[in-house]
Amino acid sequence: MATFLPKEAGETEKGYKPIGWDGMTLREMLETSERLFAETGRYWGIEELTLKEKDPIRYEKIFAKLRGGLVNARETAMNISASPIVQELGELCFAFYTPEGDSVALSTGIIVHVHTMSDAIKFMIRNDYELNPRIRPGDIFSNNKPSIGDAHNADVQTFVPIFWEGELIGWAGGVTHVTDIGASTPGNVPVGPISSYEDGLDLTANKVGENDILYQDHEIRCEMGVRTPMFWKLDERTRVAGCHMIRYAVERIIQGEGIDTFKRFIREAIEEGRRSFIHRVKELLIPGKYFAVTFVDLPLEGEMGLPDYAAVDRLSHAPHELTIGPNGEFHISFDGASKWGYHSFNCPPSAMQGAIWVLLTQTMIPNDKVNDGAYLATTHFFPPYTLANPVVKEAATGAAWGFLIPAFTGLIRSLSRGLFARGYLEEVLSSYAMTMNAMQGGGKDQYGRETGILSFELSAVGTGARSVLDGVDYAAAMWNPEGNMGDIEVWELVIPLMYLGRSVKPNTAGPGKYRGGSGFQSLYAIWKSLDIVMQNAGDGNVFPAPGIFGGYPAAAGYRHNVLGADLLKRFEEGREYPTKENDPGDSEISRLCEGKHLFDKRTLNYPYRMNHGDIYYSWYRGGGGLGDPLERDPALIEEDLNNDILLPRYALSIYGAVARQDENGRWVVDREATEKKRAEIREERGRIAIPVFQFLTEERERILKGDIALKVRRMYNESIELSTEWGNWFKSFWNLPPDFRFSEDE
Amino acid sequence: MPEYDKETIEKLIDGKLSWPEVKRMMSSFKDPDRFDKYVQILQDRVDWEDKILLPLGLHLYIVQKADGSRVVKCDCGFEFGDYRDNWKLQALIYVRDTEEKMQEIYPPMMHADPEWVVLREYYCPRCKTQLEVEATPRGYPIIFDFQPDLEAFYREWLGREI
Repeated sequence: MATFLPKEAGETEKGYKPIGWDGMTLREMLETSERLFAETGRYWGIEELTLKEKDPIRYEKIFAKLRGGLVNARETAMNISASPIVQELGELCFAFYTPEGDSVALSTGIIVHVHTMSDAIKFMIRNDYELNPRIRPGDIFSNNKPSIGDAHNADVQTFVPIFWEGELIGWAGGVTHVTDIGASTPGNVPVGPISSYEDGLDLTANKVGENDILYQDHEIRCEMGVRTPMFWKLDERTRVAGCHMIRYAVERIIQGEGIDTFKRFIREAIEEGRRSFIHRVKELLIPGKYFAVTFVDLPLEGEMGLPDYAAVDRLSHAPHELTIGPNGEFHISFDGASKWGYHSFNCPPSAMQGAIWVLLTQTMIPNDKVNDGAYLATTHFFPPYTLANPVVKEAATGAAWGFLIPAFTGLIRSLSRGLFARGYLEEVLSSYAMTMNAMQGGGKDQYGRETGILSFELSAVGTGARSVLDGVDYAAAMWNPEGNMGDIEVWELVIPLMYLGRSVKPNTAGPGKYRGGSGFQSLYAIWKSLDIVMQNAGDGNVFPAPGIFGGYPAAAGYRHNVLGADLLKRFEEGREYPTKENDPGDSEISRLCEGKHLFDKRTLNYPYRMNHGDIYYSWYRGGGGLGDPLERDPALIEEDLNNDILLPRYALSIYGAVARQDENGRWVVDREATEKKRAEIREERGRIAIPVFQFLTEERERILKGDIALKVRRMYNESIELSTEWGNWFKSFWNLPPDFRFSEDE
Repeated sequence: MPEYDKETIEKLIDGKLSWPEVKRMMSSFKDPDRFDKYVQILQDRVDWEDKILLPLGLHLYIVQKADGSRVVKCDCGFEFGDYRDNWKLQALIYVRDTEEKMQEIYPPMMHADPEWVVLREYYCPRCKTQLEVEATPRGYPIIFDFQPDLEAFYREWLGREI
């Protein structure tokens, strides 16, 4: 963590009474806590959970009251906010932290932030905010800087310190995902920034209010710094109100239980969280080493609006290694990851923690007792100067999720291998879907006001296939298990687009014995905006949601927007217009709309101008498949055909299913013919496949000749240069000379 | 702690439990004897005698042979060799590295660009079941998905020798 103003621990002004416990400053508390953990391996060195063991009912009641206070704060605050992202999709979360910044309990919502706000509080402590600018009752602090403690810049955090008789008892923290963050390109996962100086409004853990009131100068600064000041203001009030509700809830608990009990409780709750996590690891998984890799595409070569060093095609490497030790040790490493870059996908360690915890809380610890104890039970290696830990200050982080989302499918697949081996099949998942396309833009809205747009429809994508059932269709987002697609009517109110259609998108799910959850599609007309730029942000050239156990990856993205579309003319003449694109091989948009079709794999681009009546297409991804598709139950294939999940011609080529339509137009699979066809496909596999050892010989020749695309060669060289260990593994696997590097000639 | 009978676990393995039943299992505490019941069911289903030590996938197991060696074995009987080596090295492979090959699985535009990544399909040499699919760029080493620490699992976690 960066420390801008280093000072000696414990340095205080004369006569100042520290606000920590037992006469300590916060920094002394933090350092003592860390020392005791290093010495004992236990939070604050706690050996016995005396409160929990002596009076378990009381202990659980305190926990329930605290968690209830957090959930209540979230539910109430959400409904006083008008930002659609927050109100419609629940993009907020509240938590309570110890004085030294360890989370004790969280609300529901974007549980990404188990640890991110912890990092931000610790940043304030390490930088002696206690002395300057002071931490007093009624103060309000705010942060959105991932290098300090956050997932990405659009997750804006508010902190309120909670005091009891002159001592800091803890912190209330709240986070909302804001609509626009004032970056160099509009929206809240801006793809335009290529350095942190373009990421938009920076709140670097600032004091932004006192006496429970926000500073006027802070509010003016934010209003001027973002494109959607009204939503910003409402979201900020949501966070402040929620934090104040938490403060009230905590004060009531202390009044009822006594301060000494409460102090003991919060430390025991974290130590219990640590022990519970280790217990769950041993209960659910298998010790050993798990490896899974994902690749992320940034097809920006030739992109107008970017300097030449940023306008390049990049393939990013996200190798995920999970090591489970005999004592339940849980270690994640991204050794070998690609270098950080001049784009906004860089992920500081806090962002990486955000992704880890949003997934572990949905898999390993899907209960209400989630806190930093679980964080303390895990260890991590995020190699410096990589996308997983850029280190350098200028690395832009506005769209960190662009790397996090694909990179962490590796964690899900690895956990699933352990769960499968253990027999807990009900928990096994293939890769979740990418929450893409991010339909993003900005300019003037339909009311003539300045706006930034990101349709949060992308909160509803397919889950990965399960080992006993298909994935869930258009369900939620990996970063928000409560996400949904929102109401069309609400989106039409707040963004200058009109829906032409919203429906299931066939063939988005990864095929398999069990398929991934399907994605869906929305087709829009740009509507009543006189000044708007739009962009696509998503995968297109890689398969970022791989399958497992023989299942295929989910489909990769593409773009199909139409500039100068003849839509308005079609409306006037009463002619047919497109509402969807079920099959890009027979495009409805192409058939029913004239204009300049941007129909390609440029799925990540700089914003470009669109006009009233132009067409923007956005389709949302499916999850990865599980198992050999030839083992899929024909009844499930029939269902898919009849529900537009699967295009008919793929029933045969993927599943070997011989299907026909009955007199009512319903698809029926011929079981006998299917069995025969599947046997033929198996025979065909034997003819077309080769032994892996033969493949390795041929592939090694390809490597030595450099017969691999330049962006791929660059990716390998970066990983070889950044990690000796990964480089040695690569070179030893292929039996390459120690000084091997790919040529980077065109 | 819940306890499930053999029939329920068999239904789970076969995908015959309804979503509400699966959901109840997910929301409950875990049944500590699951592993033993699960392995016993799998053992009863295979035609060979080697003892299953750990299931690795829908068709793959680490088994102990009569001579004491531990190998990866397909339920069809094919043996992939020592479990500490990557079983994929003994498999058949088919690489989808052209648009035409990818379009047998994905509609046009909805697949990766083979210049960026290809699909590597691994089949069992005997039964030709598709056991894994990797999506990697050209030149990526064969992925060793999972290297279990069998000794630690049995001794430290299950409290018994293998």
